[in-house]
Amino acid sequence: MIPQIIKTFLDSDIGYSFKKSKVAIVSSIIFVTIVLTSLLAVVIAPYNPFDPKSVSLMDAFTPPIWSIGGSVDFLLGTDQQGRDMLSTMIYGSQISLIVGFASIIFAMVLGVFLGVTAGYLGGRYEIVVMRFTDVQLTIPSILMALLVDGIARGFISKSLHNDMAIYVLILAIGISEWPQFARITRAATLVEKNKEYVLASRIIGLSDIVIMIKHILPNILRPILVIATIGLSQAIITESTLSFLGVGFPPTNPSLGTLIRFGNNFLFSGEWWITFFPAIFLVVLALSINLLGDWMRDALNPKLKVR
Amino acid sequence: MFNYFLKRLLQSILVMLIVGFVSFSLFNFVGDPVNNMVGQEASEETREEIREKLGLNDPVYTQFFKFVVNASNGEFGLSYELRRPVSLLISERLPATLELVLVSALIAIFFGVLFGVYTAINRDGFVSNFILITSLFGVSLPTFVIGILFIYLFSVILGILPSFGRGEVVNFGFWSTGFLTISGIKALILPSITLSLFQMTYIIRLVRAEMIEILQTDYIKFARARGINNKVINNRHALKNGLIPVITITGINIGTLIAFSIITETVFQWPGMGLLFINAVQFVDVPIMSAYLIMVAFLFVMINFIVDIAYYFIDPRIRLKEEEAIK
Amino acid sequence: MTFLKINNLDIEYQTRKETINASRNVSFTLERGEIIGIVGESGSGKSTVANAIINLIDKPGKITNGSILLDETELCNNEEVVRTIRGKKIGFIFQDPQTSLNPLFTIKDQLVETIQTHTDLDYNKALEKSIKLLTEVGIENPHKRINDYPHQFSGGMRQRVVIALAISCEPDLLIADEPTTALDVSIQFKILNLLKKLTLDRNLGVLIITHDIGVIAEITDKVIIMRYGKIVEYGKTHQVLSKPASIECKSLVMSVPPANKKIDRFKLLSPEGKQIIDTSLNLTNNIIKNWKIRDLSNKKLLDFINVTKVFDGIKILSTKDADDKIQALDNVSFSIFEGESFGLVGESGSGKSTIAKIISGLLPPSKGEVKFENTSLFDPKNKLKIKKFRGQIQMIFQDPYSSLNPRFNIKDIISEPIKFFQKNIDHYSLDQNVNDLIDIVGISRTSLERFPHEFSGGQRQRISIARALATKPRLLICDEPTSALDVTIQAQVLNLLKDLQEQLNLTILFISHDLPVIRQMCDRVAILKKGCICEINQTESIFNNPKNLYTKELLRLMPKIESII
Repeated sequence: MIPQIIKTFLDSDIGYSFKKSKVAIVSSIIFVTIVLTSLLAVVIAPYNPFDPKSVSLMDAFTPPIWSIGGSVDFLLGTDQQGRDMLSTMIYGSQISLIVGFASIIFAMVLGVFLGVTAGYLGGRYEIVVMRFTDVQLTIPSILMALLVDGIARGFISKSLHNDMAIYVLILAIGISEWPQFARITRAATLVEKNKEYVLASRIIGLSDIVIMIKHILPNILRPILVIATIGLSQAIITESTLSFLGVGFPPTNPSLGTLIRFGNNFLFSGEWWITFFPAIFLVVLALSINLLGDWMRDALNPKLKVR
Repeated sequence: MFNYFLKRLLQSILVMLIVGFVSFSLFNFVGDPVNNMVGQEASEETREEIREKLGLNDPVYTQFFKFVVNASNGEFGLSYELRRPVSLLISERLPATLELVLVSALIAIFFGVLFGVYTAINRDGFVSNFILITSLFGVSLPTFVIGILFIYLFSVILGILPSFGRGEVVNFGFWSTGFLTISGIKALILPSITLSLFQMTYIIRLVRAEMIEILQTDYIKFARARGINNKVINNRHALKNGLIPVITITGINIGTLIAFSIITETVFQWPGMGLLFINAVQFVDVPIMSAYLIMVAFLFVMINFIVDIAYYFIDPRIRLKEEEAIK
Repeated sequence: MTFLKINNLDIEYQTRKETINASRNVSFTLERGEIIGIVGESGSGKSTVANAIINLIDKPGKITNGSILLDETELCNNEEVVRTIRGKKIGFIFQDPQTSLNPLFTIKDQLVETIQTHTDLDYNKALEKSIKLLTEVGIENPHKRINDYPHQFSGGMRQRVVIALAISCEPDLLIADEPTTALDVSIQFKILNLLKKLTLDRNLGVLIITHDIGVIAEITDKVIIMRYGKIVEYGKTHQVLSKPASIECKSLVMSVPPANKKIDRFKLLSPEGKQIIDTSLNLTNNIIKNWKIRDLSNKKLLDFINVTKVFDGIKILSTKDADDKIQALDNVSFSIFEGESFGLVGESGSGKSTIAKIISGLLPPSKGEVKFENTSLFDPKNKLKIKKFRGQIQMIFQDPYSSLNPRFNIKDIISEPIKFFQKNIDHYSLDQNVNDLIDIVGISRTSLERFPHEFSGGQRQRISIARALATKPRLLICDEPTSALDVTIQAQVLNLLKDLQEQLNLTILFISHDLPVIRQMCDRVAILKKGCICEINQTESIFNNPKNLYTKELLRLMPKIESII
């Protein structure tokens, strides 16, 4: 079944655009590789950096393999606790990706639901929803996430902070990202709602719910997909920013941002690799997603169609 | 005309009240204010005394009212962590953040609009593609990574720019400025460029998209058909129409900069409101969080108001709609 | 020396699959003082040729061959020369006055700028000239209005401003691309007259692009008929329209609904030139059996009683914006009898679409009642019964490109209404039903698995008709069903509708702004103006003996092919 889907994709207009764009191909390869690597972290990573037995302070501050003092055991060096950089990065990316995907899915479900219902049902409901959306859109997402994070911390006792971090972050980032889904979904819904095939279904007597799900939703997926892709990279960056600032993942369960945070302390003393490698990894991940999203936006834009 | 402004003003006040309410709720329901003030060992009577003094036994709307009155006078109580008046802490830090944000905003808007327009008019070409690729990088690089990179390059390796602090500042009145000293300006360079980069790339892409759409409209086509030359079309027609979204962008931009300054201040240890806020979040220092919220909301609301005023003067359709509504 | 000479013009567009020939071997001439029309259906290449003359073809199109000579100067692929000529020697008018003017600049700014681009006049002289131009195109009070912005003008006025801009630098050649298509009939007439007057006064050579044969008949001296990029006929308008030589032209002329009489069916020509006698009657016995065709009893089927409809803005906190109220209908009453074809005519803003939406249940009336077979359609107590009635009233729409869900295949589109009213229908019966419907509208059964984008406009309208008939309605509302179609396709679809009405004893409510079409399709007609009914009568009475002033105006102003043959 999957080969069939891939084949249909490659034959379509979008697939044509994909094949033509070297950028899209390369970035999707990179992205898929990163995702697979993090999914299979247990198998691929040379060490499990969270297993105290495999970590020894003796190995701390080992530089990468091509520097003086480097060793084959630790390809990219070790950090201040002796953990293998490569392994911590792979595990860290796992966390970053989980939070990224989960928060975007949360934001998407909430935002699309509100957007479609607001756009289709209209009335006071729409005005209220859009007010909320507009107001929240003027608040930068990082601030929103910080706020939710801060408030959540206030409610959760200090001892549970670290364990709950992942849920708090998914909630915080999800809440900060839903308005952009709501806005684009509502705009697209308004356009579809006035199309005559929707009127035809209403005349027959189909219920609003059926029309929204069967008729409107499948036709507005394109812009949602573009926003979701770009939103994913934003979510990953937001999470790493929060972790960097100290209000994200703790050092016991570090994401890429946390790793950069602690590596930063050693920048001046010469152990540049501790912060450098996670930073590059993060940038490559975000870049590959952004490139894909960019290509998608142009490929799915009906206005830019070359006939 | 006044009608339009009055409506906007009322809306702004409404928004502030809502934000105030959220802020107020923070105060009262996140954690126990009394606990935070006196610690675990205090007796029940002391707690009750404090509760009475803080007015926590009054009905909610009285508390809210008092809160609003206090907030409008800049009175937010004491920081839980630092035990100093919040208003004082904020006024100390405010100039640092505002100067940083101002400089970054100027850089981001100026170069953003410039490059955005350029890449829209010259769709192909080496320079355009270069700018676009760089902008893509810009969106993928988190601000703190850029900051760290800059610090490493300019402070560690080249050693020509400072990596933390504001340098020397000159005080007058309650304001302290870093513009008037060399070390102040030097200290400003890296943080402001770091802060502006993310926004600049955003603006470039947005402006470019807007301009391209405008250049494909019928009225531009008609202008070409009338023989008006390209330069005039780009500089006069397209630009003026493109101004409206740029103003919106500017408004939102300053807001985002204020938010992102939190990150930049952390990386560069810049003594501004952002650093204060982050520490407050880490320690659940509610008074500071509350006050920051209100301060920032106030700045946003003010900026939005100014943007609305600008719209009124630039887009004749809004002007006329208002004037006709009155008749 | 010929004024404008086009020779062997070839224009191509490169797409990823193929090369499209937008125009092939196009040749014609135009003299000063002459008005030539280029008419063709969509995709004929007429607009592309016009754009080619001023070298403003949309990418990726380009001129691959041929020459364009204006007073012996070669314009083809010669951007430098063309740039100096645009506006100065050639004026161009686009279709949509709404989007042709920059909303942020006053008319004064746009006029003065254009004038100063091509002449040496100083500001005051340019301003003087601008005011004179506005007077010439018929704008009252030009001294005041010149300071207004585009959105302060109505559609017709805006087009006059556009024309003023186009002729501001005294061009010799004026090209108008569908100049009146976006305008109402009454305004259309005035704009066409304006163009005639300007041609005479200024000795212009005018090239008009249009799809409307009526416009051609009213205003042009010579006409070029284009099809698929090629010229199929070219000659004096009178000659071409009264004695067409080519098959395509014959087909075109035969498809134009006559304004002066009612015909039974439009005659259709096959591509070889033979008349198609066999119409789209593909009824199988199944359909007649299933349909339970009722005998016509000539009762009142639909009663529209004193309906008023007002559109309100919704406010959460009431503000002073009470001016958002729009009164779409004001105390409108009419009845439709079983088996008849009732027409509703009006210009834009007359409320005809609102009536369609109310009858079909999309909108409730603000005041008044609508009764179907003596049952009120908006009675809250009768909801269940009304729901059943909904299947008996169906509608087909104007825009073939948005009337079918692009994600559904044809089978699903037609099945949906059937499945809704017969929830437990079995596969076999459903298939039978769908097959019958697709046969009845003349689309082949292989289409069922395909998707809307694979079909042309006319085919899509047929599919819409099939969907509308799926619930065996007794009242079929047709809201401008052919306004977006080419004339020859329109003839086919109108024939189909007439056939269906006769065979299935349908009652039809036909809404249009096109008077000749109404004359062909309807037994009785109501004329609507700004939400009020001006006149209701038998069609022939209205056309031959109109009583109301507005009706008389409409009849007088409509562009008709009969004006020249």
